[in-house]
Amino acid sequence: MTQSVVVQVGQCGNQIGCCFWDLALREHAAVNQKGIYDEAISSFFRNVDTRVVGDGGSISKGKICSLKARAVLIDMEEGVVNEILQGPLRDVFDTKQLITDISGSGNNWAVGHKVFGSLYQDQILEKFRKSAEHCDCLQCFFIIHSMGGGTGSGLGTFLLKSLFDIISKIDLMVNSGKLGTTVKPKSLVTSSSGALKKQHKKPFDAMNNIVANLLLNLTSSARFEGSLNMDLNEISMNLVPFPQLHYLVSSLTPLYTLTDVNIPPRRLDQMFSDAFSKDHQLLRADPKHSLYLACALMVRGNVQISDLRRNIERLKPSLQFVSWNQEGWKTSLCSVPPVGHSHSLLALANNTCVKPTFMELKERFMRLYKKKAHLHHYLQVEGMEESCFTEAVSSLSALIQEYDQLDATKNMPVQDLPRLSIAM
Amino acid sequence: MRENEAYQASCKERFFSEEENGVPIARAVLVDMEPKVINQTLSKAAQSGQWKYGQHACFCQKQGSGNNWAYGYSVHGPRHEESIMNIIRKEVEKCDSFSGFFIIMSMAGGTGSGLGAFVTQNLEDQYSNSLKMNQIIWPYGTGEVIVQNYNSILTLSHLYRSSDALLLHENDAIHKICAKLMNIKQISFSDINQVLAHQLGSVFQPTYSAESSFHYRRNPLGDLMEHLVPHPEFKMLSVRNIPHMSENSLAYTTFTWAGLLKHLRQMLISNAKMEEGIDRHVWPPLSGLPPLSKMSLNKDLHFNTSIANLVILRGKDVQSADVEGFKDPALYTSWLKPVNAFNVWKTQRAFSKYEKSAVLVSNSQFLVKPLDMIVGKAWNMFASKAYIHQYTKFGIEEEDFLDSFTSLEQVVASYCNL
Repeated sequence: MTQSVVVQVGQCGNQIGCCFWDLALREHAAVNQKGIYDEAISSFFRNVDTRVVGDGGSISKGKICSLKARAVLIDMEEGVVNEILQGPLRDVFDTKQLITDISGSGNNWAVGHKVFGSLYQDQILEKFRKSAEHCDCLQCFFIIHSMGGGTGSGLGTFLLKSLFDIISKIDLMVNSGKLGTTVKPKSLVTSSSGALKKQHKKPFDAMNNIVANLLLNLTSSARFEGSLNMDLNEISMNLVPFPQLHYLVSSLTPLYTLTDVNIPPRRLDQMFSDAFSKDHQLLRADPKHSLYLACALMVRGNVQISDLRRNIERLKPSLQFVSWNQEGWKTSLCSVPPVGHSHSLLALANNTCVKPTFMELKERFMRLYKKKAHLHHYLQVEGMEESCFTEAVSSLSALIQEYDQLDATKNMPVQDLPRLSIAM
Repeated sequence: MRENEAYQASCKERFFSEEENGVPIARAVLVDMEPKVINQTLSKAAQSGQWKYGQHACFCQKQGSGNNWAYGYSVHGPRHEESIMNIIRKEVEKCDSFSGFFIIMSMAGGTGSGLGAFVTQNLEDQYSNSLKMNQIIWPYGTGEVIVQNYNSILTLSHLYRSSDALLLHENDAIHKICAKLMNIKQISFSDINQVLAHQLGSVFQPTYSAESSFHYRRNPLGDLMEHLVPHPEFKMLSVRNIPHMSENSLAYTTFTWAGLLKHLRQMLISNAKMEEGIDRHVWPPLSGLPPLSKMSLNKDLHFNTSIANLVILRGKDVQSADVEGFKDPALYTSWLKPVNAFNVWKTQRAFSKYEKSAVLVSNSQFLVKPLDMIVGKAWNMFASKAYIHQYTKFGIEEEDFLDSFTSLEQVVASYCNL
């Protein structure tokens, strides 16, 4: 089995990360009754003998001594990380995994990317390398960050470039961004506030929990047993038909916002229907009325292959798939359900419904850019030029165009292409 | 009873080698690029207390192949070639009279398909005098792996070169057997694998070597190949068995050989996957008339022409079973006479819980339509170049895809022209 490292950048990234580690611990505690450090738990945690000073404390088997998260925490302000280190999760992290500064990035991508990027480049690389060394077989980096702020977005995208050095040996990098657009990751799972209906006192808490759950469910089939396992590299293999079209929309059912809520068990088939409804998407998007390039269904709990197939057959007619991928389904069955539920479903779709999101983003950007609003805050940062902006817009436009071309094929009849003819 | 001892001895010799404490060890080598399934398999076997896998018979890695045929074939293959072949060699050395390999794999994923093809090729190189039969799982038409059609065509085209026979099992067909004949409500992979194991057992459990002798066959693989693969252009074999039902229904049913064989024959000529839903409107052409024109892939009602068939009968009064219906020349292609094309093996001993059972292993047009569909879908996807970058990344180029398409179109055409 393989290991993954979580890199949480910025305020948003770290808050989500915090939820994630809390949930991960609960999930493994529920499954791992005997307290033995097994392969499943090693995917996200190291087992460390805290009495040993320095680096030599890793234990690979036997009883769990002290669990340490395979994580790197990065923030240019101290507030959030300090809170984590003083909170209930303080023993899960050690100070060697942190990179913090004091002043923050001021919501300025240029500051995050150029200033802090160059300042912390070596430290970042060092932490990544260390975290990789602690892994037997590192498969994936998960990078959690927002797009709207300065650190998560700027420094978050900067460190991607650093990671490419390390990941020439690894195949996968998954970004989970709140409306994340990044440079060149293999695949990107986007989420935004679209899914939340109820009002909570701390709205971000509920949202962060959803994203944290998403990460857990994404990796469940690689960590736990099931009749149809799915490893993380299978996600990028099946869901990314062309390198630039690596943006995935996710939906989670049942949608649970708090860790311990007792949702009445839904009928199994209802769970599948919900996964395709507009309301359950974690991005404000409607995949049902757009074009699917590929779709993955990751089921947890006591669900068998016949349940899965029955529902695919049932839902297929109402969904539109691109002509060359009419049966574009990737499926997995993990027998371990999430804590507090009998079953759950995570659907990942590569669908043209992300296009409106990108178009809206571009529009909002252009409105500001045309007026040159706030531009000087960026340009005064060393290394930042107007070309950074123009390049970004043009690559976004190119992406939108790709989706446009695919959409144009939507209602065309599917024709079989002429085959090779063999002389007999 | 001597008969019982002889049967047990034959089973043991065929499938197991003996360990010191008398616990039989399966003559098997397990290979996977990720550990979860092998671990499960090993512990399930050991739980039975009656047999187990060899301690050093497994080869495992951590990362899997990511559903990528190219990764299984071009990366894992060469990297682990030596280790895997060593384990295989040790197992072969334990055999007194080694005849060949039975390779079990799927086509849709990355390891079974890609690494499976690589290992088969190696076996062809290193054990060129031994037989190789690949048992291949044909994926569900919908919803297993998105790139399954690519992985399938790459697998089939490579195996067509390096393997001697391909025994193909379709998930869709077995699923229907579970649903309609076994009446299972919530079908799991465990159920599907049980049916598969039953089909394999009904073929590979010992049978007598001749009509009236009481000695069990000692080279089933060789015999199967000899009967069923007379020409290297035609390697696709499929299995149909009858009856197949749940324990409950079994209690209320009686069988006659005549009834079973009539159904089985109709299943053969109408290309049915199981006994229900047999199309009774399909008849072979009357002998003496000119042969039927080329099989059209678009016709629903078509007659399934065979190259060779083997029927294995197990159970009470088996000597009275009349298989004349399978010797009709109209069932077969013109270039083989029924006396050469058809064989029957009979054994008194019943199999599993069925008082009488029959299995048909057939080299016929059974698989042309599914093959044609997979080639068509893969071709459509290839035309758009979708996912190709995932393969070229590991050294499988567009050229390789085109080669695969060409060989398989050839296979489809050859079978259609029977």
